Amino acid sequence: MSASPTKAKAGAEKISVVVSAKVPVNDLVTRFEFKRQDGGPFPTFSGGAHTVVEMNDAGRTRLNPYSLMSDPEDTETYAISVRRDDEGRGGSLFMHNFVNVGDQMNITYPVNLFNLDLRARKHLFLAGGIGITPFVAMSKQLDRIGGNWELHYGVRSAALGSYAEELSTKNPNKVHVYEDDKGEAIALEALLNGQPLGTHVYVCGPKGMIDWVRQTAKQAGWPDDNVHFEEFAAPQPGEPFEVRLCKSDRTITVGEHESLLEALEREGVDAPYLCRGGACGQCETDVIRHDGAFVHRDHWLEDEVKASGKKIMPCVSRFVGASLEIDR
Amino acid sequence: MTIQFNDETFRDDYTFRNSDWAVKRFPFPFHEDSYMYSVNMEQHRGGPEGSVYEKRFDVDEHYVSEMKDRAIVLADDPLRCQSLPHMTLAGWDLLELIMVSKSEDYPDLFELHRDGNTWRWINKPLGIDDTFTFLDETTLPFGPMEYITRQSQGDFAVLDQRDDMLWMDAGMVTTQADWSLDFDIGMNFFEWHAPVPKAHEMGIFKRALKFLLNIQQGAPARRLNWTMTVNPLLDTSPENYHKWGIQKTGLTAENIGQKQFLRVELQTFYRLPRSNALAFPIRCYLIAFEDIVSVPKWGRRLHRVIRDLPEELATYKGFIDNRPKMLDYLSQYDDGLPTSPGVWPDLDTEPALSK
Repeated sequence: MSASPTKAKAGAEKISVVVSAKVPVNDLVTRFEFKRQDGGPFPTFSGGAHTVVEMNDAGRTRLNPYSLMSDPEDTETYAISVRRDDEGRGGSLFMHNFVNVGDQMNITYPVNLFNLDLRARKHLFLAGGIGITPFVAMSKQLDRIGGNWELHYGVRSAALGSYAEELSTKNPNKVHVYEDDKGEAIALEALLNGQPLGTHVYVCGPKGMIDWVRQTAKQAGWPDDNVHFEEFAAPQPGEPFEVRLCKSDRTITVGEHESLLEALEREGVDAPYLCRGGACGQCETDVIRHDGAFVHRDHWLEDEVKASGKKIMPCVSRFVGASLEIDR
Repeated sequence: MTIQFNDETFRDDYTFRNSDWAVKRFPFPFHEDSYMYSVNMEQHRGGPEGSVYEKRFDVDEHYVSEMKDRAIVLADDPLRCQSLPHMTLAGWDLLELIMVSKSEDYPDLFELHRDGNTWRWINKPLGIDDTFTFLDETTLPFGPMEYITRQSQGDFAVLDQRDDMLWMDAGMVTTQADWSLDFDIGMNFFEWHAPVPKAHEMGIFKRALKFLLNIQQGAPARRLNWTMTVNPLLDTSPENYHKWGIQKTGLTAENIGQKQFLRVELQTFYRLPRSNALAFPIRCYLIAFEDIVSVPKWGRRLHRVIRDLPEELATYKGFIDNRPKMLDYLSQYDDGLPTSPGVWPDLDTEPALSK
């Protein structure tokens, strides 16, 4: 067909917003609330969805994904919580230090790569640290539709347990908080063992925790389809490298602190993306030829594809070697 | 009201007709003189004024009669509408999407008044004025998906998205091109597409699935599909093949212009907000051969497409036996002149038939 050929732009649809609140949650975490600039309603969303926040950091565009943690039925306000990462690439520091109430920003429509399986008889949430945020939205959604949920939440200390007190007070029989500094830990084997048939488990937290839950569940005989996880990889810095772009017919250099995707965007090359964390598959790019080694950091490509050297996910993966040519 | 609704039938005496307006806006599916499968997706955000692509859910002169036909099918066979238990939330999402879209796009025909969760829905063409509580099934005469799709032209598949796969877990299917919701319910994307020839080898379904999994809120997509139907039958279901299959043998050189219809599906895809399910409306448009050839460009092109279509495709689409008769008829309207690119009729610029 071609009724009105409109080529899809990279990324999800954008919404112009104003920062309506900036609330310190504890020493590390700050909550940001947004209202629409046009005064209209936000779309409702499904628990587990994220939005990509566009930051203008002194001329450099940063695009970071954050889980939406507001009530999915609340069309007036969206909220995210940002954990300050002093060792990171600077997006969270920018949010903490430079974004203030009244600032105008762009965020994307909600995108969900971590959705509830609505067939579940019970939803078992396992959170570590800032990984609590999607579960705040999911629990609110399930409360509305009468879903059965339970949360087990590991925090470093009571003082750093974002939203732990609020969640426990509101749901005393559903929320269990484990404080690291008191030597408390989730008794995972026993917990999984005691679940009714038809339970789905969801984990969001540090990579070590995700691996631990997936492995323990597998050993206990849980089907893969009943174990859900969300793992956004952040792009890691690395040695600068050159890339030949065959469609655009030019060669660019990826700097130490930027991703290949960011370098493409800086050069004005329209490259597709969605999650920017190696999870959604949208930015998958063909490698034409290479002489060197890939540093694959995504969770999208199968191991054999990674080994083949024929594909790269520019949002998180890098390259070390003499030459690289990609289909962009 | 701005649209004059036809009083017509899609069965028995077949009084279905397209007005001149409906012929000119018909979604002719061939943008060039040949056809092969492709994913052929584009964004669904409007189109030229008056075209079937302009509104989110197109309403045309056949609306009221199509809804009557749907009610007849459902009365005979309630399994044409099914929704697995976990899909109720997606049903509410779909109801909201359709009510909001129609009331905004056709304010003279549909009204939606919302006060918190108390909603009043007015459908003037069908004479409906209902007040209900959003997300409370007990306040509607049917489940939310069935309620709204009894008032919306086209079939609706509502696909759950889990584990990087789509699942046919709910739908309203009464105007289908020979597939069965009751058979496919609960199947995944590859299972329900298994009968389609050639496309698997071409890798089409893997690419299509990837595209569909990535359709996001606020960015709906669309594509066209097509087949052939003898008589203006909406319900060409496998369940009723014994009733309509035999009609394919009734074509003659004299009646083919009136009895042979090109059947085009405008397929759209929407990510639903609360359930993260994918709504897949499949809107069916029918046009008689004699009406197609009234547009010189379309007459020339349809002849060439049908003539050159690979045998497997003509077989799969169910018209291999009638192809010689179709070509005898259509060749009268192909004078060999070139055709302009694109799907539009181009009545002002394309030459009249010169033979």
